[in-house]
Amino acid sequence: MRSIWRTLDAELWRGVLAIAAAAAVNGASFGAISVASGLPMWVPVAMSLLVFAGGSQYLAVGVTAAGGSPVAAVLGGLLLNARHLPFGLAVGELVGRGWAARLLGSHLLIDESVAFAMAQRDAVRARAAYWACGATLFVAWNLGVLGGAVAGQLVGDADALGLDAVFPAAMLALVLPALKDASARIPALVGAAVALAATPFLPTGVPILLALLGLLAVPRPARKAPEVVA
Amino acid sequence: MTLLPILILAAGTFAFRFGGVLLRDRLTFSDRVKELLSTSAVVLLFALVATSALAKGQDFAGWALPAGVLVAGVLAWRKAPFVVVVVAAALTTALLRLAGLA
Repeated sequence: MRSIWRTLDAELWRGVLAIAAAAAVNGASFGAISVASGLPMWVPVAMSLLVFAGGSQYLAVGVTAAGGSPVAAVLGGLLLNARHLPFGLAVGELVGRGWAARLLGSHLLIDESVAFAMAQRDAVRARAAYWACGATLFVAWNLGVLGGAVAGQLVGDADALGLDAVFPAAMLALVLPALKDASARIPALVGAAVALAATPFLPTGVPILLALLGLLAVPRPARKAPEVVA
Repeated sequence: MTLLPILILAAGTFAFRFGGVLLRDRLTFSDRVKELLSTSAVVLLFALVATSALAKGQDFAGWALPAGVLVAGVLAWRKAPFVVVVVAAALTTALLRLAGLA
């Protein structure tokens, strides 16, 4: 763990802390909404510790509050979280080799930790960024949820503060350098178009998975004679 | 909601995460497939950007949110520090909403 502190520079820590602050407020709003919808306080708290995937937690509580069945809440949440499987395949090498590292590292796999890791230029920094982001957001999110559930009312209107823009903005800033490469940019644009076109018609979570169809647009590697690079 | 659905959602979510991590370790991939796996993460992340900037659930999110994300995109492209990018996005969206734009 000590090496993570040495590997990451101040700029990266500021980045992690900025989205952690937004996650804490977002968590407080989740905790408050859950309690306001009539759920006992332990539900959002236990959910945040055990599931640790904000979108699916909002979905599950929303379905329950609207009178939906627990089966629908669970299935909707699982559909939304299915993207974690390809994410795990992409960052699996960074998590570590021991069983403890794999178990803990898997639980810290969220969109943000994957994006922070993918934005680093080498594997050592990517591993440090993955763990720093995952662990910091775990603490921030859970403290936020606990605070919101205890307060039982909205600490502030997260949408009025524009905090819903933080997640897409942060993801965009992290993914932008990878888009300079046409072999990633073309499939990403095709995938986003597919996801947006599907959003009005399909349950939340499915359009994101359909974005993987963009991989069909990955340019084939050119089969030309190997170039000699000095 | 009782404890059981929470435990099932938690176990299923963990299975996705752990399954991906474990498969990466158990299978050997060619360089081409490794590249495709990183590209798939970029594709998924960018699709998350697009959908979370433009949609709330299945509906259009309104103009204030994508406007904030667009400002963030321009700043990030101009290599502004990450914190500036994120704060500018929230500020733009908040101010547009304050001005009455949905």
